[in-house]
Amino acid sequence: MTTAVSKPEIGRETVTDQEKWLRAHRQMVSIRLFEEQVNEVYTRALMPGLAHLYSGEEAVAVGICEALRVDDYITSTHRGHGHCLAKGASPDRMFAELLGKEAGYCRGKGGSMHIADPATGNLGANAIVGGSVGIATGAAFSAKALGTDRVAVCFFGEGALGQGSLYEVMNLAQLWKLPVIYVCENNQYNEYTHYAETTAGSILGRATAFGLEAASVDGQDVRAVNEIATRLVKRARAGAGPAFLQCDTYRYSGHHVGDINRDYYRSKQEEHLWKTDRDPIKVLSKWLLEQGYADTASLDQIHSGVRAIMESAVKFAIAAPYPSVDEVEKHVYA
Amino acid sequence: MPERELTFAQAVREALAEEMRRDSHVCIFGEDVAEAGTPFKVLSGLVEEFGAGRVVDTPISEAGFTGVAVGAAMTGMRPVVDIMFGDFITLTMDQMVNQAAKVHYMSGGHWRVPMVMRTTLGATRRSAAQHSQSLHAWFSHVPGLKVVLPSTPYDAKGLLKTAIRDENPVVFFEDKMMYKLKGPVPEEDYTIPLGVADVKRAGDDITLVATSSMVQVALGAAILLEKEGISAEVVDPRTMWPLDEKTLIDSAKKTSRVIVLDEGYGRYGVTAELAAVIAEGAFYDLDSPVKRMGAMHVPIPFSPPLEDATVPTEQTVSEAARQLCNKT
Ligand SMILES: Cc1ncc(C[n+]2csc(CCOP(=O)(O)OP(=O)(O)O)c2C)c(N)n1
Repeated sequence: MTTAVSKPEIGRETVTDQEKWLRAHRQMVSIRLFEEQVNEVYTRALMPGLAHLYSGEEAVAVGICEALRVDDYITSTHRGHGHCLAKGASPDRMFAELLGKEAGYCRGKGGSMHIADPATGNLGANAIVGGSVGIATGAAFSAKALGTDRVAVCFFGEGALGQGSLYEVMNLAQLWKLPVIYVCENNQYNEYTHYAETTAGSILGRATAFGLEAASVDGQDVRAVNEIATRLVKRARAGAGPAFLQCDTYRYSGHHVGDINRDYYRSKQEEHLWKTDRDPIKVLSKWLLEQGYADTASLDQIHSGVRAIMESAVKFAIAAPYPSVDEVEKHVYA
Repeated sequence: MPERELTFAQAVREALAEEMRRDSHVCIFGEDVAEAGTPFKVLSGLVEEFGAGRVVDTPISEAGFTGVAVGAAMTGMRPVVDIMFGDFITLTMDQMVNQAAKVHYMSGGHWRVPMVMRTTLGATRRSAAQHSQSLHAWFSHVPGLKVVLPSTPYDAKGLLKTAIRDENPVVFFEDKMMYKLKGPVPEEDYTIPLGVADVKRAGDDITLVATSSMVQVALGAAILLEKEGISAEVVDPRTMWPLDEKTLIDSAKKTSRVIVLDEGYGRYGVTAELAAVIAEGAFYDLDSPVKRMGAMHVPIPFSPPLEDATVPTEQTVSEAARQLCNKT
């Protein structure tokens, strides 16, 4: 099995600044190139179902997950490939799942929108918008009740701000001082509608109303995301309670791979601006070069190394067998 | 020595207390479950023994705390969620149907959700349309959930203990009119497996398959019928899923006539499913079509004479049985 990047062992997190940000860079490149392959595989009609690409939003998943331990929990969304990879999932088993193969994380029963992996604390991606807010909060309840000092991160798009259950669990989490961080990935669009048309009032005000620590950050700047995430995670781990982090970001592609004609809800010019001026990989690369942490050749090398991993992951998944049909009735009950 | 008797509510409480002593991961979430011990006082005394960290009062957020229970169950706890009235399960639907029921399957068997939801069913408490429904068919329709309907204090204790130890989400429906019903309950630790029906009364001429509140109605009807020379067998499936099809079919084959009774709405409900199972399994041994009796297809009315008309009674059941046996 190929692993994109191995995470330092718990308690062995003394890495240099250079190592840390090269790792973050590599993680973001992994997500970008993973999604490139998804797009390719999907367009070749090899992937059943829907594919919601995370490209453009890499700094959020990576900035947050790099602040977490392997045994911390995350919940993810329909646009979840980035979260799963950033938390340590391996691309070959991810691709196998996307193609419905037995070698996939869920034996092919979950697919793109339901990757789950206990080994990396991934409680599961969720295809109900806002569907995992309770699960993440419950994992934080367990962490507190069992005294494990784990933290739970709940990723959701700004579309989930429309779901009442989010407000129910933020109230609970603050009452019970649970170690959970609600990460709102504001990529500006709920499907095909700008969030301003669906979201009244203030986003952060929703969290501060319950007394949560709340902040917003440029979601294209992985260092900024990581800095604030590190603070919120530390605080939650120390028992200071839940937090809410709004990350402003942008999805480069359509809502899903088939969403090609987007002119009716956003302009090509807007897309172009985000991709050129605010690309998270470009932003970090520029900084790495300035610091002398990397040169163009070494960054290119990372790129081609990751590309090779992704290509072989796709090959692995295509060649992998489907589950046998008698699998259909397995795992309905434990 | 006479057998010890407990009320249904006491049996539920004893099961919870025993399981909470046995396993420190068992905890309770719900509205007014701690000091108040719920409006029905089913849980009174538990917070005093186990503390507010395990008998957890929640805000009035059924979806929220049910979701929290799902996540807590996935990560090491064994929560028992208290939904005050069965009518309020509607607010938990996404958490139960799209999350709890599917987590194990969607994750290819990696995550488990060992949680219990306790709630109520049953009309005739003069509580009107939003506090009187029996909605257990809704959850019985969903693969991944187990659904339990105890009808006696003995069954309540044994089945609840099994439900708490089960590795899956289990919904446990208690008839709110039955909380004061008394019956023998052993003091010792015993469990009743899910998926095993119980013949509450043996008989030869007709089978009354009855669930939860309808078991007492069926037993009452059986006494009325006995006086007229009709011997009725009363079979209680005890769990909607897993379902003990064999016991139902065997009884139907033996008596050749069946009425299925359940307090849920008759249309598209539990009675339809049970009747179909029996019709498929015992068709050639039946002397008449399987008859279904459930709640009328109306919102439960408040006015007592109206409400009483909506659910099967000993009289209506015995009358139907007489007709099936051609003894009118
Ligand atoms: C409860 C629910 N309603 C509607 C949908 C259909 N749906 C899927 S994604 C989506 C938009 C979600 O927007 P957002 O939360 O901002 O996430 P994004 O797709 O932008 O990452 C909708 C409406 C759904 N999956 N679940």
